[in-house]
Amino acid sequence: MPHIALPEGLPGISGGFAFRPETAKPMRELAHILLHEPGSLTPGERELIATYVSSQNDCYFCQTSHGAAAASHLGGDQIVSQVKADFQSASITPKLKALLAIAGKVQQGGKRVAPEDIEKARIEGATDIEIHDTVLIAAAFCMYNRYVDGLRTWQPHDQTMYAKMGQHLAEHGYRTPSR
Amino acid sequence: MPHIALPEGLPGIRGAMAFRPETAKPLNEIVEVLLRGPSTLSPGERELIATYVSYLNDCHYCQSSHGAIAAAHLKGDEDLVKRVKADFQHADISDKLKSLLVIAGKVQRGGKNVTAEDVADARNLGATDLEIHDTVLIAAAFCMYNRYVDGLGTIQPQDEASYRERGKQVAREGYIAVSKTYLPAEAIAR
Repeated sequence: MPHIALPEGLPGISGGFAFRPETAKPMRELAHILLHEPGSLTPGERELIATYVSSQNDCYFCQTSHGAAAASHLGGDQIVSQVKADFQSASITPKLKALLAIAGKVQQGGKRVAPEDIEKARIEGATDIEIHDTVLIAAAFCMYNRYVDGLRTWQPHDQTMYAKMGQHLAEHGYRTPSR
Repeated sequence: MPHIALPEGLPGIRGAMAFRPETAKPLNEIVEVLLRGPSTLSPGERELIATYVSYLNDCHYCQSSHGAIAAAHLKGDEDLVKRVKADFQHADISDKLKSLLVIAGKVQRGGKNVTAEDVADARNLGATDLEIHDTVLIAAAFCMYNRYVDGLGTIQPQDEASYRERGKQVAREGYIAVSKTYLPAEAIAR
């Protein structure tokens, strides 16, 4: 049972969002810009960063829903599983690997990011805005994950539900509820 | 030097926000609602939660700026802010706020650390569901802001007086109003 009286039947962050629409609006907008709006990183790559950080934070709802969104963008969940298990040997670009290394450092704490991490990403072709967005995606998921787990939201283990949610997120983004 | 080419002369999160005004807008809106919007917790109490979490995350810019904003809301009581950071259980704050700071500290380490007992304690001391919700989200949000500020290697002045002046301005005018002084004009118009 959640720690506070959240509206029933809404999984994960949707419960928190429905409870407090005033904070839901900018939180949805932030996710929409970072993950869904056009950028030089594909939405699939950005969803992989979000999924990886959520998995490092051990947030079931977030890693499963964003993993499903990533799988929907990428046409399958194989890369998603590889990235969560060991991104260095996953079938992704060296640039994305360098960005995931930065995201992993941010998850542990902002000061962990070293000039060498940035240099490595730059050598693989990462731009300043890609590095910025990687840091902010990782930081933002340290918020979303704590929000979802800190309220002890309802996090069903229903893979069909997450697949549908992921497809909706991949197609429509984050501005409006997926259900 | 910051990790990426942030606009010069803007310390901490301001440089990052000016670099990417698209994300600055919701980032300012979240903090405006959480720390200054209508609430049964005073702005001073909410700024203390933000300051405490930023202190636990060891973010110099965030704990100094929000500490200064908290002090501005609390009649300039900088000692109270220091006591909350050092040992909030013995600070001159309400028992309810102490129980909310316990929850915030748990969220800082990870959402799953918050127990039913922590929440029951806060409730017994008069905390409402909305106050508990906002405490969890303030703590979670500062785990984002702190990582954003430190993860980009932003410039973080050591001079306490500069934080004091900005603190008074933000306490008076708010986050969104003050953001207009450092965000590009076209971003504000959107």
